[in-house]
Amino acid sequence: MNRPIRKLAVACLLMFLALLVNANVVQVVEAQSLRNNPNNSRLLANRLNNERGPIVVGNQAVATSVPTPGQTYKYQRTYPFGTLYPNVTGYFTVYTETGIEQSEEDVLSGTDDRLFLRQLADTLTGRQPRGGRVVLTLNQAAQQAAASGLAASGHRGAVVALDPRTGAVLAMASNPTYDPNPLTSHNGRTAQAAYDALATDPAQPLLNRAAQQTYPPGSTFKVVVAATALMSGSYTPQTVIPAPPTYKLPGTNTVIHNAGEEICGSGTSDTLTGALTISCNTAFAGLGVAVGAQALQTQAEAFGMNETLPSFPLPVAESVFPTRIDPAQTALSSIGQYDVRWTPLQAAMVAAAIANGGEEMLPYLVQELQGPDLALLSRTQPRVYSRPITSDVAAELTTMMVSVVDNGTGGNASIPGIKVAGKTGTAENVPGAPTHAWFLCFAPADDPKVAVAVVVENGGFGGSAAAPIARNVMLAVLGGQP
Amino acid sequence: MTATLLPTRGGRRGLEAGMLVFAALLATGAFAAVTYAHGASFTVQIAYYGAGFVVLFLGAHLAVRRFAPYADPLLLPLLAALSGIGLAMIYRIDLANADSAERAGRSAPSAYAPLQMMWTLVAVALFVGVLIVVKDHRALARYSYTAGLLGILLLLLPAVPGIGATINGARLWLRVGPLTFQPSEISKLLLLIFFAGFLMRKRDVLSVVTKSILGIPFPRARDLGPVLIAWGASLGMLFIENDLGQGILVFGMFLAVLYVATERVSWFIIGLLLAAAGAVIAFFTMPHVQPRFEIWLHAFQGNNPQGPSYQLVQGLFGFANGGILGTGWGQGAPQIVPFANTDFMMSSLGEELGLTGVMAILTIYLLLVMRGLRAAIGVRDSFGKLLAVGLAFSLCLQVFIIVGGVMRLIPLTGITLPLLSYGGSSTLSNFMLVALLVRISDAGRRPPTPATPLVDPAAAPDLIAATGPERVGPAEPAKTTPAEAPAETGAPTAPIAPTAPNAPAGSGERAP
Repeated sequence: MNRPIRKLAVACLLMFLALLVNANVVQVVEAQSLRNNPNNSRLLANRLNNERGPIVVGNQAVATSVPTPGQTYKYQRTYPFGTLYPNVTGYFTVYTETGIEQSEEDVLSGTDDRLFLRQLADTLTGRQPRGGRVVLTLNQAAQQAAASGLAASGHRGAVVALDPRTGAVLAMASNPTYDPNPLTSHNGRTAQAAYDALATDPAQPLLNRAAQQTYPPGSTFKVVVAATALMSGSYTPQTVIPAPPTYKLPGTNTVIHNAGEEICGSGTSDTLTGALTISCNTAFAGLGVAVGAQALQTQAEAFGMNETLPSFPLPVAESVFPTRIDPAQTALSSIGQYDVRWTPLQAAMVAAAIANGGEEMLPYLVQELQGPDLALLSRTQPRVYSRPITSDVAAELTTMMVSVVDNGTGGNASIPGIKVAGKTGTAENVPGAPTHAWFLCFAPADDPKVAVAVVVENGGFGGSAAAPIARNVMLAVLGGQP
Repeated sequence: MTATLLPTRGGRRGLEAGMLVFAALLATGAFAAVTYAHGASFTVQIAYYGAGFVVLFLGAHLAVRRFAPYADPLLLPLLAALSGIGLAMIYRIDLANADSAERAGRSAPSAYAPLQMMWTLVAVALFVGVLIVVKDHRALARYSYTAGLLGILLLLLPAVPGIGATINGARLWLRVGPLTFQPSEISKLLLLIFFAGFLMRKRDVLSVVTKSILGIPFPRARDLGPVLIAWGASLGMLFIENDLGQGILVFGMFLAVLYVATERVSWFIIGLLLAAAGAVIAFFTMPHVQPRFEIWLHAFQGNNPQGPSYQLVQGLFGFANGGILGTGWGQGAPQIVPFANTDFMMSSLGEELGLTGVMAILTIYLLLVMRGLRAAIGVRDSFGKLLAVGLAFSLCLQVFIIVGGVMRLIPLTGITLPLLSYGGSSTLSNFMLVALLVRISDAGRRPPTPATPLVDPAAAPDLIAATGPERVGPAEPAKTTPAEAPAETGAPTAPIAPTAPNAPAGSGERAP
């Protein structure tokens, strides 16, 4: 009878082998797809029962998980600064996440491979695994200045401030903003109602205008046209260019004027610096046609237009310079109208590139990733994104932009004792609607530490609506009082 | 081929005690981890559980020392380890249920861990009781018909109005006041004693071959009777009590014992064909069976994940959540799965202990099964062999049915995970099952004792010649078990070189 017993033993062995193989299939091979199955409510439990790491600005947590004793789940995401950072941090609800909460999900939730050993230690000691920390590049004072400036304007708009030397984003504000706290409620109905209210709001508070929205750049685009001219080698800041009172678009009967029917320079011509200082439309329309659409496009693309910004943690809209345009369209494009559109982030990058001697740094928002114990996981190394202009041209443009603030349309951005370089923009958008107010600038002009772009939708003139906000943001970074 | 069973080897009771300490550490550690993860500092309760566990199994160990000194030293520690892990997980799910009740503002649900602790206490007492009462497993063969009758009676009892109760769609419970009991668990053991006793007597008849089909020798048609009876009983289980799992288990156990008794693959094939026929009948006549295939095959389709497949799918999510290393004790969410502490115990363990834990637990089961089969090989009498095979194989089959079910290897049938699940009847019957294995292994490993020959071997020399070395008798002192060739060839073979003066003997419990 022993032989059949042995055979039976083999049968038992095979049955257990089948179970062991099946366990490997379920827990290893299929595990990931099972975990991501929409029916998996454990996802939820894991999301809300583990202590998610904070998002940090300066030394303060701007997104943090607070214990919720006595509730279904152990932690609720909280944003102590309410409306100040949601366009950057995003929000972490019961079901979804956006912004940095989404892009740095692995570190924040603690599933990042670099946290593996710590999690293992936590598991072995029976401690609840905690998520890592994400330290942002933002400067709280600058962010505050940007947000309150926009809020005071009463208009929709956005501000981006960069450190031109590194590309670190110092401020990124979008108006109107919103309070993400109601969205994180564990009560599904409350959270959904809060989300629906935001999603259906015609002012689109959930839209991060600083990076996701493109606008006609208006006269701020003249710095790109000036850069194209200087880079061609045929122009210097002192080159005298035609600046007639009106400019007839080539091949059409349409005539463009200067703002307020002003005349530029001598009435028929002006130097490049002079034309930029008073933002002469007729001069730059002609200049654009003279340097040519192809040169403008090449220069615009060297600054980053017509290209998706790589490795930015938030959604970024592509800034556009139109291709295959005729001379009339070229003339309009040269004053930042027609189909030219850029994001406030792109505008700030242009200012920063000029400020940094022609080296355009890749913008980044995450300064450091840390373990729950503050141990460094990674630190972002600044990277050159592009070299759109030479350092000589950068220096020439800087001088010209200082003239804009000292002698021209950008006077509202001036700061006593500090040289500020800037450029105003007043962009027509929808016919009949008030113009968008633009300002891009950097300071100190001789040792730039901050570059700013501001857009105030339908805010009127760039010099009056946008420049004061930019000024306060620069001051906040440079440590002065407004 | 079995060679001499090293009769000189000691009882290895020290080894058993050492491994029991290890099992106790495993269980207490699990309790501590659960409590710690729950946020509490270490409470006195852990000490209670830990100490209780140690005392309990120390008692069992002492009983083994006293009443089965030569038993396989692995069996009790394996039993203790499974029981301890199970208790910790039941406690852990209690805590989770209490938490969610508290959050929802409901009153705390009944805690199962104290109950299971009590059941374990009774089970250990029963374990010891079996060792004391069943001094020689061969004595059970005398009661095989009684056991069979009692087994069938117990099976039918839940169908009696008034005392039977339907729980979760299966009518296999007895309700006495607040207590419910599942008699089919006990009846499984009783039926097995009947099978083993019956087949021990009939094995030679059943081995007779008349014709062969496709090269496989088949038995006589009139000998099909017992197989048909077992088949009918299993189907009855299915129809009367709506319990697919127990039906499969009992029939599979019977087939295994039948195969070992007759050494005929043909019986196995006939059994499988009958099982297939039963499955087809059940599939088309029982409202209960068809959905099981739908739940299994299309678990993730349509509304099944939220509907009928909810439990299976949630269990799989638990396994996936555990991954390779698991979430750790007390840090998953196994309570999401309905029946997390009974049928779906393995997915609870898979979530918190991971693949590592699942493989370790399966290995413990496999060891237990293999040591059980080893006991079957080691013991010298047919009844003991058949009984041990049945016990070990039923354990193997039950683990396969439920673990394969919750892992979606096979259709899910509700059945407990032996020794780990919460449940009184299941715990009691499985402890008794291991107790019987301990008893049989003790008989197999007992060194030759020339002192007490009960029957004069000279009295029945013809039996020796007729049946070969495998026979029953109240005592089979001192012989080695030679190869099992005689049964196949029919050639009389004398036992080879007895190592003790007394030759093997037949007895009143005679084989034909």
